[in-house]
Amino acid sequence: MATFIGMPAFPEASARAVGDAQLRHNLRKATHTIRARRAAVVAEQPDWAGLRAAGAAIKDRTLRHLDVYLERLESAVTAAGGHVHWAEDAAEADRIVVDLVRATGETEVVKVKSMATQEIDLNAALAAAGIRAYETDLAELIVQLGDDLPSHILVPAIHRNRAEIREIFSGRMASWGRPAPEGLTDDPRALAEAARLHLRERFLRAKVGISGANFAVAETGTLVVLESEGNGRMCVTLPETLISVVGIEKIVPTWRDLEVFLQLLPRSSTGERMNPYTSMWTGATEGQEFHLVLVDNGRTSVLADRVGRQALRCIRCSACLNVCPVYERAGGHAYGSVYPGPIGAILTPQLRGLTGPLEESLPYASTLCGACYDVCPVAINIPEVLLDLRAKVVAGDHRAERLAMGAARRVLDHPKWLALAQRSVGRLRRWTPRHLPGPLSAWSDTREVPVPPRESFRDWWARRAGEEGGR
Amino acid sequence: MRVALFVTCVNDTIFPGTGRATVRLLERLGCTVDFPMEQTCCGQMHFNTGYRDDARALARRLISAFDGYDAIVVPSGSCAAMVREWYPSLGVTPPAGVHELSEFLVDVLGVTDVGAYFPHTVTYHPTCHSLRALKVGSRPLDLLSQVRGLTLVPLGGAEECCGFGGTFALKNPAVSAAMCADKVRGVLDTGAEVLCAADNSCLMHIGGSLIRQRAGVRVLHLAQILASTEED
Amino acid sequence: MSSRDRILARVRAALADVPRTETPEDVEVPRAYDRSRSGPDVVELLIDRLVDYRAVVREVTDVVAAVADALARRGAHRVAAPAGVPAAWLGGVQAVRDDPALSAADLDALDGVVTGCAVAVAETGTIVLDCAEDQGRRALTLIPDYHLCVVRRDRIVRTVPEALTRLDPSRPQTWISGPSATSDIELDRVEGVHGPRTLEVLITPAL
Repeated sequence: MATFIGMPAFPEASARAVGDAQLRHNLRKATHTIRARRAAVVAEQPDWAGLRAAGAAIKDRTLRHLDVYLERLESAVTAAGGHVHWAEDAAEADRIVVDLVRATGETEVVKVKSMATQEIDLNAALAAAGIRAYETDLAELIVQLGDDLPSHILVPAIHRNRAEIREIFSGRMASWGRPAPEGLTDDPRALAEAARLHLRERFLRAKVGISGANFAVAETGTLVVLESEGNGRMCVTLPETLISVVGIEKIVPTWRDLEVFLQLLPRSSTGERMNPYTSMWTGATEGQEFHLVLVDNGRTSVLADRVGRQALRCIRCSACLNVCPVYERAGGHAYGSVYPGPIGAILTPQLRGLTGPLEESLPYASTLCGACYDVCPVAINIPEVLLDLRAKVVAGDHRAERLAMGAARRVLDHPKWLALAQRSVGRLRRWTPRHLPGPLSAWSDTREVPVPPRESFRDWWARRAGEEGGR
Repeated sequence: MRVALFVTCVNDTIFPGTGRATVRLLERLGCTVDFPMEQTCCGQMHFNTGYRDDARALARRLISAFDGYDAIVVPSGSCAAMVREWYPSLGVTPPAGVHELSEFLVDVLGVTDVGAYFPHTVTYHPTCHSLRALKVGSRPLDLLSQVRGLTLVPLGGAEECCGFGGTFALKNPAVSAAMCADKVRGVLDTGAEVLCAADNSCLMHIGGSLIRQRAGVRVLHLAQILASTEED
Repeated sequence: MSSRDRILARVRAALADVPRTETPEDVEVPRAYDRSRSGPDVVELLIDRLVDYRAVVREVTDVVAAVADALARRGAHRVAAPAGVPAAWLGGVQAVRDDPALSAADLDALDGVVTGCAVAVAETGTIVLDCAEDQGRRALTLIPDYHLCVVRRDRIVRTVPEALTRLDPSRPQTWISGPSATSDIELDRVEGVHGPRTLEVLITPAL
């Protein structure tokens, strides 16, 4: 099974992606399409700024009083006949879900796309327990059949084009169930139809469904899942047992608060005024057995960081990915986690801690261009969190860079030393190398090195002042 | 009007022509320009790389160097943004009256026609920090469109980052180069002779690639175009 | 100590900077957005938005005739209907009442389903079903490939906030905005995946 474990640091992984012309083409086309769609539907919403400010504030209210809301949610769900479970980490969450499925006696489950279950690598845990999990979202199906990894929050197979998807379906569907039709073409309509046929039977006889949730309303115990294809409705409606795995930060305080998020999320995410289907249910519904698994898995550490805490406002819309110039070229896999793009660059190092080269490289996987902050529907200041994380990274062991930065600061902190340094490079300007040594070669590999001037600005200023004074 | 020029360390050391053009432009518009010699660097490189103590020391130096000035003009969007938008997160209060060049011209002096003449086809890259941190909006374009002889052509994908990002260009060279390649393609598609921006670090990046490709397009800071007159 | 207690303890420890006296309501939420809005006629707007999603939509006065006509054009001979759909609507067709509950396989074998709706949101082209008598349980509108939905004018609101105030959170809800769709392949929108591939809406006068 494909895994993010042991991924190289961002610069190496992204360098590989940058060299993949097919991937670059797929990503460019997809991100530019969705970017334009989002911009159009956000522009037509006259009160967007007000919704965005309200969305951020509602999430802040929730986070600052998360203990209150968690308990409120628990009692509302319980009162409505649901069962609430608490998982401190991925392993515990996996164990809870495996035990719940085992208790039903089933060995198959249908899953609606959920970031939380990807984060805890639930499918692997289920497989180890002899339970087969069938992904039912079209893009997740592509990823699962291709033994691949997701590369986008909303469109996990964004890195694949139609020809590649046709190949995966034709080659792999048979080993998971109903084979792809003979002579399958790469027309997206034909591919979607193949997925419909492949999954139809499975939906109709599934006994256990597993979902995440976009929102959990503390006041009423209502869970909310937004989707497009109808696979979500199938998974949450038809099975006798429904298990929803939800991060503790997915809470909104009240029913009324949904009026903000049901406007912010679809427009930011798929670029639609509203996504085709939204399911809402409260506790055990229509005779179903309902389990809610609340997952921490690092979220309380994020909550403890006063700057980084804002990352928990995230509603997983993926607008920041779609607008990010780095994501567009690096692709999602380079971020080494189920959370790619700008939000991943701040979320992954916080959820996992700055524990390795990958996590330490992520805060630097940005030019700080600020496009992510502009489009974020809950106003997460991603550049601010990146900068804060960078300060934490360099507090660790980075001697060579620290020495260089210290030397630069000492020169820059003394105008006279700066002037001396400027004059010496000015004198050596004829020998400006085309190729720089060491880490600086990263610059000169593709760009010309600027030739220093004969005279710095400050020397020109001093000379001019002298000449004027002498006149 | 008396103004202090914060030329920035990059302009001071590598692009003094931008500093000289800014002085010439401001003096032509009736300003008295001071250059406090104690100034060095705003601390952005250190701050953006995570070295906050170093950045704070440089920020304090800048504050004291510019003490007593009502108006500080900065011919760099990202340095102006560093001072104005990010100093507070270092616990340093930014001095009042910090203006990026186009902001100063349009908002403080109230001019868009600065009497410039530049008979060339120009395209403009808005640069991320001017665009999204300072939100200078159309000010640079308003200034350029008043320059006599100048033909302004729109840049496709203008709002996309060029991939410089300070130490990003060194830490993530592959992605940086890929972003720069797309920006260069956008510039070449315009057919312009000159690429203009209000930030020399971005121009050094895009320009470095244009020269390496022998693309035949030169880069100029906004100040240099606005300072140009028929006499040049 | 249970995982529950440990998680709650960690949450409280993480929030050490929040003053003990602060209540959730002390965190101000600015509501500078529109809960309602003026604009074009809501019926026209709803039609425009539904058409945009490529749903089939018509304004009708005679519901009975319109339902019969729609089903005939569709070629839907055997359709499901929840208990509360008026018999008069179904005059011309063979309706299978979901009473006792039809199995998933039964539903899959039907040509379509006819329902009413709880609320419709004009700005977003959304039909909200809340499992009331004229809408039935959720599977009913999920499995058949064709959904004919009758929307009374007085059920139409303009904005999402207006819709939420009319709805009861304790009832299961399905918000439907156009037919089932996906954009998972190169961001090309394709209609018709797992949900009903055809959504047809009849807008009728208020009662």
